[in-house]
Parts: sequence; structure tokens; C-alpha cells
Amino acid sequence: MGALMVIFSLQPKQKRKRRDSVEDELELSAVRHRPEGLEQLEAQTRFSRKELQILYRGFKNECPSGVVNEDTFKDIYSQFFPQGDASTYAHFLFNAFDTDHDGSVSFEDFVTGLSILLRGTVQEKLNWAFNLYDINKDGYITKEEMLDIMKAIYNMMGKCTYPILKEETPRQHVEIFFQKMDKNKDGVVTIDEFIDCCQNDENIMRSMQLFENVI
Amino acid sequence: MATGVAAWLPFARAAAIGWMPVANCPMPPAPREHSKKQDELIILNVSGRRFQTWRTTLDRYPDTLLGSTEKEFFYNEETKEYFFDRDPDAFRSVLNFYRTGKLHYPRYECISAFDEELAFFGIIPEIIGDCCYEEYKDRKRENAERLMDDQEENKDSKLPNMNFRETMWRAFENPHTSTMALVFYYVTGFFIAVSVITNVVETVPCGSTPNQKDVPCGERYTVAFFCMDTACVMIFTVEYLLRLFAAPSRYRFMRSVMSIIDVVAILPYYIGLVMTNNEDVSGAFVTLRVFRVFRIFKFSRHSQGLRILGYTLKSCASELGFLLFSLTMAIIIFATVMFYAEKGSSSSKFTSIPASFWYTIVTMTTLGYGDMVPKTIAGKIFGSICSLSGVLVIALPVPVIVSNFSRIYHQNQRADKRRAQKKARLARIRIAKKGSSNAYLQSKRNGLLNELLDLTGSEEEEQHMNKTSSLLESQHHHLLHCLEKTTAHEFVDEQLFEQNCIEGAQFSRSPSLSSQEGFTGTCCTHRSRKRIPLPNASLSTTHTHTHTQGLQELSAIHIQCGDQPSLSTSSRSSLNMKSSERSRINCRGQQITTAVISLPSPTNFPPDGDGHSPANPIPAPPTINTTTSSNIVKVSAL
Repeated sequence: MGALMVIFSLQPKQKRKRRDSVEDELELSAVRHRPEGLEQLEAQTRFSRKELQILYRGFKNECPSGVVNEDTFKDIYSQFFPQGDASTYAHFLFNAFDTDHDGSVSFEDFVTGLSILLRGTVQEKLNWAFNLYDINKDGYITKEEMLDIMKAIYNMMGKCTYPILKEETPRQHVEIFFQKMDKNKDGVVTIDEFIDCCQNDENIMRSMQLFENVI
Repeated sequence: MATGVAAWLPFARAAAIGWMPVANCPMPPAPREHSKKQDELIILNVSGRRFQTWRTTLDRYPDTLLGSTEKEFFYNEETKEYFFDRDPDAFRSVLNFYRTGKLHYPRYECISAFDEELAFFGIIPEIIGDCCYEEYKDRKRENAERLMDDQEENKDSKLPNMNFRETMWRAFENPHTSTMALVFYYVTGFFIAVSVITNVVETVPCGSTPNQKDVPCGERYTVAFFCMDTACVMIFTVEYLLRLFAAPSRYRFMRSVMSIIDVVAILPYYIGLVMTNNEDVSGAFVTLRVFRVFRIFKFSRHSQGLRILGYTLKSCASELGFLLFSLTMAIIIFATVMFYAEKGSSSSKFTSIPASFWYTIVTMTTLGYGDMVPKTIAGKIFGSICSLSGVLVIALPVPVIVSNFSRIYHQNQRADKRRAQKKARLARIRIAKKGSSNAYLQSKRNGLLNELLDLTGSEEEEQHMNKTSSLLESQHHHLLHCLEKTTAHEFVDEQLFEQNCIEGAQFSRSPSLSSQEGFTGTCCTHRSRKRIPLPNASLSTTHTHTHTQGLQELSAIHIQCGDQPSLSTSSRSSLNMKSSERSRINCRGQQITTAVISLPSPTNFPPDGDGHSPANPIPAPPTINTTTSSNIVKVSAL
């Protein structure tokens, strides 16, 4: 009878043990990523040695394991936009940075992306933006993709806005965008239409130069 | 600003390029870094021990002492280092907080010393990481309890505005609050004891009467006992009714265990009163008297230990149930075996299996009354096996139950702690979020103010109003501003948002001011006034309804004008310009449109510029604050 009781009480412990071992495995396989050497990164990007040092120190401080996975990325990005929900847009942003699509952003991806955004030519920046909007990376921005992006951006605003956000505001914004960008009115925006149109728009051109001095 | 992710701000700003092609409005200019100095090593001398770190590490948390300009007070010119006359051991944790973003509580540290260090360096203890938070809170609570025990007299100070009912409830729950409560507590305790003793003594045979039989005292002194019983029941009834009256939630009180015990204790008396002296029901009446013994449970209100015991029994119910189940199995097995073993013997007491239960229980618990003993050899063999296994079966679960008691007890306490921590953590997160969004809204208002003062050209006020927000903050705010421009909507705080919602539901009144302009554009720009709660903000309720037409025109104009969004302040001469030009100016001057100020008292500018602060809604003429959002307003009318 005592044996029966001992058996019963052992059962839950076994289940706990099984769960623990799975977690242990996961921990072992956690990536400890080391980036390429400083010289290689200096050659590949447009940052100076000192800038790379500063960037890496900040990166490694936040992610000691050397890579950022999507959840951490979403957490970090959401902290900048406390009023709304930045997770959807962070997801798209993550995909734009994760160029090799391996589910994590390493320091190389990070620094490559930043190099384009901060030190690239206007063409490269527009390319990057197009890549961000083109969710399935097929070379065309459809209205649905743009609508997803737009909704994600508006989600970051949150609820308390002035004027009050309406349901159709993202859709209207998408319409305006397509009116401007889609020259041949075929319902999609290609990279050439996009670049052409942006280069003709002074506002956009000027705002592209806005973040030159970020680092 | 979110702490700890300052390193990612450059990345977030770079990623903002993704919004540029989508935005319809021009972006605000970026804040300039006035002093672009290289990252340098800072030496912190804490009571002789030197710590070194990068300046940017300390800058990550600008609302602490080391991260803000407050540390300049401690700068030593001769040695070119920052000297702090504090404990260097505790400073280690503080500096590690800047480095790793997590604050740890060292176990060897005294809790109040650590708290003082945190307070000195401007770090709130709620940031302590999850790994150390439980320990910290436990130690803090211990300390607080210790201090509390020393000064218990001051504890129960009466709150001034408690009504009679609440006072009474408090008196019932905690007898030390007032003398009356204490008196009540002791009186009820006394009467419970009296009642229990009465019940006991009632059955004692006392004194011999002329009859042969000894009668119990209850039947001899019926009247006396009846009076005592009545008195006790009176007291208990009154107490119950008073508690019922004072309870904050009567329904919950009635469902509680103590109240049920109270009811069960006094009900037999009343039922006895009601019932007649019928012979048939007197048997049932006697049974009811048994329930009077439940009065002893009323002592659990007076004894903390009883309550804890009851609670732990309740929480160990599953273990106890399992013990009972296994015992029952053993009893049935052995009873069956004994019955069949003893079946053969004559005059055996083991008449049936249920009859054998008694033998099995007595044997297994090693009582051994001896009223039933096996006579056959097989019976004796199985009887001995039964008693041996009985020792094992009874002895084994007892330590298990005892350890379960303590484990479950501590577990319950920890679960409560964790729930409280989770609530506190969520509250922290909410406050931090609210704080940073409030900071942005506040700085927007300040920013507005600065621009207006630029316009009026008053230098002194500008310097005065220029709050020193760190570069980090200004960059973060610039990022949020870009998002606003991209979506052509603004962040507002909750009260304004609700105000807008309410006013949006009302009909639009035609404001007297709008008639003065005769121009839809400017009166609609009045809506931007709402960003600061002015008393006459209600004037500009819902221009959307009446002026959508005009707005659409304006918005069309706006989209086409891709003019220079220069920060140039348009001059007051624009007051006299015509409508279309005015709207163009609105597009252009993203920050300032004094064009709108074609209103009653444009001369009141400067004084209102001074007087206006985000905090107090002065009824300023609705001039000044129409600025930033003018073009935003138009576009959003789409």
C-alpha cells in the first residue's frame, strides 16, 4: 500500500524531469555566435573601425549570445513605441534585416542593414525600403502586402491618437500610395516604378537624408 | 525613454527609413548632436576604490544619478574623476546594473543599506531582476515586520472617515483595535467555554436522589441548565446578527465556514424550542443536541493555531484522501482473508466480512482490543501478517503527510507571493510605458512652446523654457514624431482622447469664431487647440461634420504641395494673405502657422506665450496653439 502511494507521488516528478531535459537541450543548442573579424566587416560595410566597435559593444551588451531572435527583437522594438503595438511591424522589420532567413539576426546582418540605411546611396536605401514592403520577396508590392504594412504601422500609433483612427484609414493611405506609385495602373508596384517615383518626390528624397548622423 | 535599450535607438531610427516612402507629410528635422564627443572612459572613485566605465554605459539610464548631469556635482577637478563617499561593495551592484541592464541584490548585503544605496543613486528597486527579486522582497518584508512588531501600538490608528459599520467589522476581526472589541472578544470566549462545559457537565451523574438510579445533572437541574443554555444562545445569536450586519459582503460572510459553524451551533436550540414534546421526534431532538458540540469550533476565531490547522488539513485533503483509500483497500483485503480463514471455526466472532473490518482496523493500527481474535491456525497466520503490514502501512504515510503539510503550506505562501509579484510587475511595466509616452507628450508641448517663443523672438523665455532633455530623449521623440508624420495622426494622452470621443459624438456647433474667418480652413485648424485642454476647446467640437467639404479641398491642395517643409517661421504678415496661399503656408510651415491667427486678439501673443504652460489651461485666445497639427488635420479629413 505504501508502495502504491510512492508510485503515485513519483509520477509528476518524472514528467517534470522530462520537461527539464528538453529545456536543457535547448539551452545547449543556443547559438553562441561570433562575428567575422573587424577587418572583414570594415571591408564589407561603410562603417569605420571605431563605429563598428561602438556598434558591436552595444549589440553584444543587449544580446550576449550574439544573435537576436524574433521575440527579443519584437520586445526591444516595442519599447520604443509604448502607446501602440509594434510587434507586427517588428516582424516585418525582422524579416527585412534577416537577409539569409535563418530566423535570427546576427551582428553581420545587423551591421549590413545599418550600413545600407545610414551610409548607402539613395538607390540602395530605396531598394531596402522596397524589400521591406515586399513581404513575400517576389519583386512586386501588391495592395494586400502594402495594406499589411500600413496596418502594422498604424498599430504602432495605438488607440489614443488625434484625430481618431478609423478603420479605413490604412486602406485610404494605401490607395494614396498606389495612386502615386503605380504608374501603369496594373495593381502592383515594381521596383523600378517605386524608385522612379520616389526619386521624383522631393519630400521623400529629403527625408531619406534625415538619419545621416545617427551613428 | 525605455531604459536599457538605448543602444538600439540608432537602429530603430535607421529603420525609420522604411516609413519614408509611405509618408505623405514631410518629416520633422532630426535633433542635432551639439557635442559630438568621442566615447570616453569615466573614472568613478567610490571611497578609494576606482571603477572605470564608458560614458555611454552610464548614459543608458538618464534618470539616475550617474546617467544625468547630477554626477557633475561629484566631479573632482584635480583628479579628473567622480568621487562618491559611499560603500564600494554596494556600488558594484549599482554599476553592474548599468553594464548589464539587470539589477541584482547581493545576499550578504543588509536590506536597508542596499535600499539606501539605491535611493542615493536614483535607482528604483522595482528594477531588480527576477532572479533576485523574490529574495529582496522577502528580506524587505522580514525587515518591515520586525520594525512593525516594535511599534505595534501605532499601527491600529483609526481612520477618520470609517463609518460605524466598518468600525464594527474591524472590531470583530481584530480585537486589539479598541477596548470594546477586546471586551466583546473575551465575553464571547467565556460564553463559548461556559456553553461547552455545560454540555459536558449535563451528562455527569450527580448526586443520588431517593431513587435508585443515578440521574445526570441535566435531568436534575433542568431549569438551571436550560437557563444557561438560553443565555449562551442569546449571546451567540446577538453576536451572529451583529457580524452579519457589519460584514462588508453579507453574501460572502454567510458562505464562510465560521458563519456556518455559528449557525449550526445555535440552531438546535431554536429547533428544540419550536418542536413539541412529541415522543416520536424527541429521538431526533436528542440527536440535534449533539450539534451543540460544534460550539467548540467557535474557538477557532479566538485561536490562530486552530485556523492554520484547519487550513492545512483542507489543503492536504488529497493526501489524506489517498491515505484513506489505501487503508480501505488493505482493510477490505485482510477482512476478506480473515473471514474466510475463520469461517471454519465454530463460535467465531467473524460473522461476516463487515464484521471483520473491526478486527482488521484494530489490528492494523496496533490497538489490539482483543474482543475479536482468530482461533484457527490460518487465521492466526493471516492475523500476524495483518498486524505486521499494519505497522508499515500506518507508519509510512505519516512522514509523507507531514512533509506534504509543510510543502503545501510553503507552496501556498509562495503562490500568493508570486501572484502579488506578477501584479506588481505588470503595474511596473504599465507605469513605465505610461511614463515614456507621457514624456513624449510633455516634450511635444514644450517643443511647441519653444517654437512659439522663437516666433515672438523673446530670448530669455526661450532659454528659460528650454528643458535640458538628453540627446537620447530628443532622438526618441524625433522618432515618434516621424511616425506621427507618416501616419498623419498624432499621439494624445488618454483624457484628451476620451474628450475627443465624447465630443465627436455630439453635433457640431457652429463656433462663433469660425464665422469671423469665413474660411473653413482656419476654423478647422482650431481643432488642434484641443491638444491642450482649454476651456473653450469645446467650441471646436466637430468640424468634421460641417466642414468636410472644405477640408477635402484643402487636403487636395495639401497633397499637391510638396513644398519645403522648412522650419522657417512664417511671419505675421501672412495674416493678410488669401485663403489658398494661406493653406499653402500651412503645408509649408509645418511647425508654425501664425496665418491662422486671424482672430480676436493677435496682440495678446507674447503674454500668452509666457503664461501658457502645458499644465494650466488658461483661457488664452485660441491663437497660439493652432500650429503643428494644421496640415495634419487637413490630411486626416480624407
